[in-house]
Amino acid sequence: MAVMKKKGKKSAPAINSGSLPDIVFMLLFFFMVTTSTRDVDMRVRTELPGATETQKLEKKSLVSYIYVGPPTDQYVSKWGDRPRIQLNTDYSNPNQILAYIAAEKDKLNEAERFQMTVSLKVDKHVKMGIITDIKEKLREANALKICYVAQKVIAY
Amino acid sequence: MSKRANPEINAGSMADIAFLLLIFFLVTTSMNTDSGIMRTLPPFDEAEQDEIKMKKRNILFVSINNNDKILLNLNEYVEVTEIKDRAKKFILNMAGDPTLPEIDIKTIEGLGNIRVSKATISLQNTNATSYDIYVKVQNELTRAYNEIRNEYANKYYGKQFANLDEEEVKTIRTAVPLRISEAPPKL
Repeated sequence: MAVMKKKGKKSAPAINSGSLPDIVFMLLFFFMVTTSTRDVDMRVRTELPGATETQKLEKKSLVSYIYVGPPTDQYVSKWGDRPRIQLNTDYSNPNQILAYIAAEKDKLNEAERFQMTVSLKVDKHVKMGIITDIKEKLREANALKICYVAQKVIAY
Repeated sequence: MSKRANPEINAGSMADIAFLLLIFFLVTTSMNTDSGIMRTLPPFDEAEQDEIKMKKRNILFVSINNNDKILLNLNEYVEVTEIKDRAKKFILNMAGDPTLPEIDIKTIEGLGNIRVSKATISLQNTNATSYDIYVKVQNELTRAYNEIRNEYANKYYGKQFANLDEEEVKTIRTAVPLRISEAPPKL
């Protein structure tokens, strides 16, 4: 006799998941291209002040950062809790700003140099003395576009 | 020996690996861009020259002292919230008050003859002023200028300042120039 085919219960066909890796890789590459890695580890705490009239910093490649604030918890024992300046990944003094700005300017090409913006990320409890010093150094380094980074608030 | 077909590599875990990578990148990257108050510092060489040439009526003195109290025109304490309106009134000088800044009538392409104020705001702080109040004052001053620019934009172009095109923004900026001077703080 011919082989009887089982009738009735048929299992649902498996969904072909062969292209799933491709889709995920595409997503992965998208995120890799559109985002930039968090490249500095913060050694100072910066609790930003609030402001209503903030503007977005547009081109990230043109922005250099200066962080000012009290050292984070793991560094307090060694460095104390007085506000400090962080350039790149190290604590610095204002005199190092000139060299830092020069190094940052070297990374840009000639046409972009005058568009360089220095973003000041400063803890709101810091006193202005240290900021004034930084501003003087920035003028000396001819990095005149600055941005006081603040948290956007609707009203305070 | 019989030839065996190449065994297929199991690609089932490929998706898991890719997901893992994806999640790693999602966590370690930051999409958010910073925002803040933009300022341009005066050039280094011509340090304190422009301050001297100006007439007193054109300058609004805003000083913040060690205790974060704000002194307006060296004789009146004000709250942060009052600064914006005071600055606006000062800059615009609608009534032509002789103690408030001079108004030039300038011909600006695209707008015709309009009033351009010569007002400058001189912001001073001490070394013990807190950064928080400094940013708040800067913010309020920016707000005063932004509101005036918005009024001009509405009047001459019939739309908000934020919706103007590049050329129109430039025109409004020449009509309402942002002039905040920060001489080195006195001690």
